[in-house]
Formats: sequence, C-alpha cells, structure tokens
Amino acid sequence: MTLVAVILLGAFHGINPAMGWLFAVARGLQERSRDRLLQSLPVIALGHLASVALVALVVGATGSLVTGTALSIGAGVVLVAFGLWRLLSTRHFRWVGMRLSLGQLAAWSFLMSSAHGAGLMLLPVLTRIPAGHHGHAMSGGMFVAGVHTLAMFVTAGVVALVVYEFAGLAILRRAWFNLDRMWAAALVGAGVFTLVQAAW
Amino acid sequence: MSLWTPDPTFYPSPRDAVAAPREKLAYVAAFDRSAERPDALAVLDTDPDSPAYGTVVGWTDLPYTGDELHHFGWNACSSALCPNAPHPHVERRYLIVPGLRSSRIYVYDTKDRVSPELVKVIEPEELGKRAGYSRPHTVHCGPEGLYVSALGGFGEDGPGGIALLDHTSFEVVGRWEADRGSQHLAYDFWWHINHDVLVSSEWGTPSMVEDGLVGELLLGRKYGHRLHFWDLRKRRHVQEIDLGDQHQMVLELRPAHDPTKTYGFAGVVTNVEDLSASIWVWHREGSRWEARKVVHIPAEPAAPEELPDILKPFGAVPPLVTDIDLSVDDRHLYVSCWGTGELKRYDVSDPFAPVETGSLRIGGIVGRAPHPAAPYERLAGGPQMIEVSRDGRRVYVTNSLYGSWDDQFYPDGVGAWMAKVDTETFTFDERFFPHGDDFRGLRPHQTRLQGGDASSDSYCYP
Repeated sequence: MTLVAVILLGAFHGINPAMGWLFAVARGLQERSRDRLLQSLPVIALGHLASVALVALVVGATGSLVTGTALSIGAGVVLVAFGLWRLLSTRHFRWVGMRLSLGQLAAWSFLMSSAHGAGLMLLPVLTRIPAGHHGHAMSGGMFVAGVHTLAMFVTAGVVALVVYEFAGLAILRRAWFNLDRMWAAALVGAGVFTLVQAAW
Repeated sequence: MSLWTPDPTFYPSPRDAVAAPREKLAYVAAFDRSAERPDALAVLDTDPDSPAYGTVVGWTDLPYTGDELHHFGWNACSSALCPNAPHPHVERRYLIVPGLRSSRIYVYDTKDRVSPELVKVIEPEELGKRAGYSRPHTVHCGPEGLYVSALGGFGEDGPGGIALLDHTSFEVVGRWEADRGSQHLAYDFWWHINHDVLVSSEWGTPSMVEDGLVGELLLGRKYGHRLHFWDLRKRRHVQEIDLGDQHQMVLELRPAHDPTKTYGFAGVVTNVEDLSASIWVWHREGSRWEARKVVHIPAEPAAPEELPDILKPFGAVPPLVTDIDLSVDDRHLYVSCWGTGELKRYDVSDPFAPVETGSLRIGGIVGRAPHPAAPYERLAGGPQMIEVSRDGRRVYVTNSLYGSWDDQFYPDGVGAWMAKVDTETFTFDERFFPHGDDFRGLRPHQTRLQGGDASSDSYCYP
C-alpha cells in the first residue's frame, strides 16, 4: 500500500509539465533532436532525486533524535503550512535562461522540485519508516526516494516522448490543468494525513 | 486568481498562434498634444459582424494630463508557457501603459469590460528611485517579470535602459542591467528567448527628442545608430554593432518569432547623407552578431514650397521608416514610411533577400493621399505604428509619431486616423476608417489587439 502511494506520487510529479518533461521536449524541439530530449530526462530525474532524498535525509536524521509522534506532528504542520502557502500565493518559480548545460539542468530540476515541495509530499511515508535503527530509517528513506523518482522518471519519459513524437504541444492549451492547485491540495492533504497518523 | 487551464490566448509556438481567432477589440493609445486634456485608451470594434465595426466603442480617460501615451503592452503572454518557469494559469488581462513624457506607468484591467479600468499608477519617483530611469517606452512580458525600456535617467538625461517590474504586483523591482557596457542611448528591445539573448536599439535621450528633432544633432550624427546584444540571463552587455553614424535612429526591433532562429529586423529612420531609410537584418555568425542592410528606401524629390521648414533645405521627402512589424509566421515584414505616406510589405521568407510585394499610399508630407472610405479628404500624417493580427490577415496602422515631431513634419496639423489593411488583397478596408473627431481631438499611437498580436508575444517552442 505504501509502495503504491510512493509510485503514484512519483507518477503525479512526473506528469507535471513544470517538473521537467516539458523542458526536455523543448530542448529536443529546439535542436530537432530526440537524442537531446532523451539526454535531458535522466538529468532532470537526478535533480528531482536529490531534492526528494534531501528531505528523506532530514527526516531520517530528525527521526533519530525525536519520537515518532513528534516527528509526525512536526512534518504534518510543515506540510499543511507549505501547502496553504502554495495554494494562496500567486508567486511562481522564476528562472531565467533556456540554454542550460546538463549540469545546470540538474540544478534547475533540483530547485524546481524543492520550490514545489516535491519531497515534502512524501513526508507521510517517510515519517512512518520505523526509526528503531538509525541506519534502517536512512536506507528506508533512500529506498522511498529512489522508487518515487523512478516512477517520476518513467512517467515523465513516456509523456515527453508521446508529446514529442505524436501529440504535439498544442495539447498543452487544453490539457495543462492547474496542477499547482492540485499539488497544493495534495500537500495539505498529506499534512492532515500525517497529523491523523500521529494522533492514532 | 489563477485559471484551471492555461489562458486561451497563450500559444506554445508561433505556428499555433497563427490559428488564433480574430480579435474583436483593438486598444489604441491616444494623447492630447496640448496636454490640457487627459490622454486616453480608445477601444475600437474590430468584429466585422458587429454593427459598431470600425468605430470607437470604448474610451478611458487617464487620471492626469500630459502623459503622452506612446507604446504599451500586456501583463502576460505566451512566454508563460516556457518550460523553465511555467506559469500558464495567469491571465492576459492587464495593459501596462507608460506615459512617455510624464514617466508614469499605468496598469489597466481589460477583463469583462470594453473600456479598460485603472487599477494602479506607478509614479515617476518609484520608477526613478528603484530603477534610475524615466520616459518609459516599450513593454514586454518576459522571464523575470515585465521589462520596460526607458529613454532617460532619473534626474539626469541618460543613460536610458530597461527597468524590471514584478508581473503580479507591478511594482518596480529595479534596473535590469548588471553591466551596460557601451550602451547609453535606449529605445526598443526584444529577445531571442530560447537563446538567452536580448537585443536593444537607440533613439536619443529626453533632451534630444522631447522638444522635437534637433537638426544640429541629426546632421552631427548624434542620434542612435547602434544595436546592442545582451546576455538575458546575466544581464550583461555582450556586443554592439555600429550600423554607421550616417544611419540615424535605429528604432523598432522585430526578432524572428521562431525560437530556433537567431535573426531579426531593425528599422533605421533616416540616412543623413541622402535622407533614405533602411531595414537591417541582424544574425548570429558563430559566437558573433552581425548586421546587414537588406532594404534601401530612397527619399522622394519635392518642391521646397511643398515641404515643412525642417525639410526645405533638402528638397526631398525622407521616407522616415518609423515602425516595422513582422508577421507571426516570420514571412511578411510591414514597413511604415511616415514621411512619404507609404505602407510597404516585403516577403522576408529569405530574411537576407526581402522582396517587395505590396505598397499602399496614405497621407504623406507631400502626397496627402486619401483613404478610399473618404476619397476627397487629404490626409496628414502617414502610416506610423503598425500592428499585425496573429493570423497575419489584418494590419492596423495609426498616423501619429510623437507630439513634437508631428508638429515639425506636419506643421498644418497631423490629424488623427487609423486604417486597416486586409493582407490577402493588400487593400484598405473601406469599412474601417476611424478618423478626425472619432478620436476626440487626440492623436492615436500604438495599437494592441485583444488576445495578443504580432509584436506582443514570444514563444519557447518552434
């Protein structure tokens, strides 16, 4: 069940144009090269992984210091607050520059994922990893981050290729739903879920 | 409030934008030369099925006088779809309207109303203290917010440059340039967004333009004659190209809409050696930028008694290319010859070898050609600001250049008119000719089309 949630969240992140598949498509279109698209995707996934893994590390380290309940309450509060801020704020991630090296693209993906709180969305899962043994929590967190990112990578890759090869970008005009709002709602929901877990 | 799906006026690529529906309204900046009455935004009905087609259906007076409205732009455009910082659920809704003389910047809401409604005024002090500029001119929505070029400094004549405005609060963020290099004069700017390149052009500082064209400065070749290329990310000056100081006043810049391309067109008002005008193409060769003259438009001889004082010594009418506009498909370039009263069209499928494919006469210093809708009315002014619809089927022109310059070249009155050209036949639309009292004594300048036009949007996808 938990693993399914981790994979579904990965797919949710992967399908969001803002998380990178769109950038990969743009890079491919700019050079009329599918290879350039394919090169970009793993780099974007790497940046996403770094962002999620950072959250997992912080949770793992904090979990070794405080009780599971305190960790869950803290995580829940952070999530609800961050989600509400995302929901109410009109600000959006800013980044100037379209010509990025692969290293810069990874950095872009890391910042984009972090600004959206991609890793935070996994808090309900991360806080439930048994903290009995420090190393176990850490490796569990890394496993979650890895599986999540793999799901994100596969989803983003499929969407990018379908759009590049068949669908075309005009589809964006109709199909690009305001994922930021759903995303914010998901963050708040995950926070509430974490708090409920802590109360049980 | 953000939308659930992208603003329908945003298009990923210029190819998609060409399929946009036709505009139903056009917004025109109009100003009172005497500065006794407020300037205004006039709204024209451009829906041919509407009984009010071709008439002024909306009007919003500004709250102050003496602004001299000139150019303006939208708060958001298709670049919101760019993949590096996408925010496609904002609305294209607000017009950012600078007063070129007053240095105020107004924000007008156009949503669900015909006559725009004022929502914010940025005072000259805010622009000056935060960005160091005055006389705001061109507005483009871009990656860091709203970019507004300005002719003058704050409390000093120059340098002019670009100010950044926050695109949600519309507050002045600051000066855009981190390193302006050799740039001092300013006018227009735009970019090759996918290449992180900004291009800017040169007119003159406020003291050089506000009281009219200064003959000594012109013959002394002091007006702008350079193009500047910038790193859009690092905000640094990269290279200048001097077109030659005989080429005075490099004004409008029209980069290719196709984001894979790195060329664009610049119009030069006049060559002081022979009063001709010219169009130039800039293009990238390796890591350097180069520019080449691709169109030469000669002056037309005229008897001195037919000429205003400023031209009497020359015995000729200069074409005065004051605006150019490139269709969204990058195939047609429209060129205003405000002096001779001619609107030219070039096929620029090969940008290095434009082919003239059309010419229409209207107004002109000597010609005074009438509009077919009023064939006995001699018109002053010439085609000046050009706007091309996204589908490329319609071209709108207005006739005023800039208050004090209008008075020099059309001393018996520049009048006020707007015309529309159907590009398929390349003829004037006889049903669309608002003129004279339709503009209530004000002079029309730039047009913006509802939903966007050929000079409003940049695209990140080919």
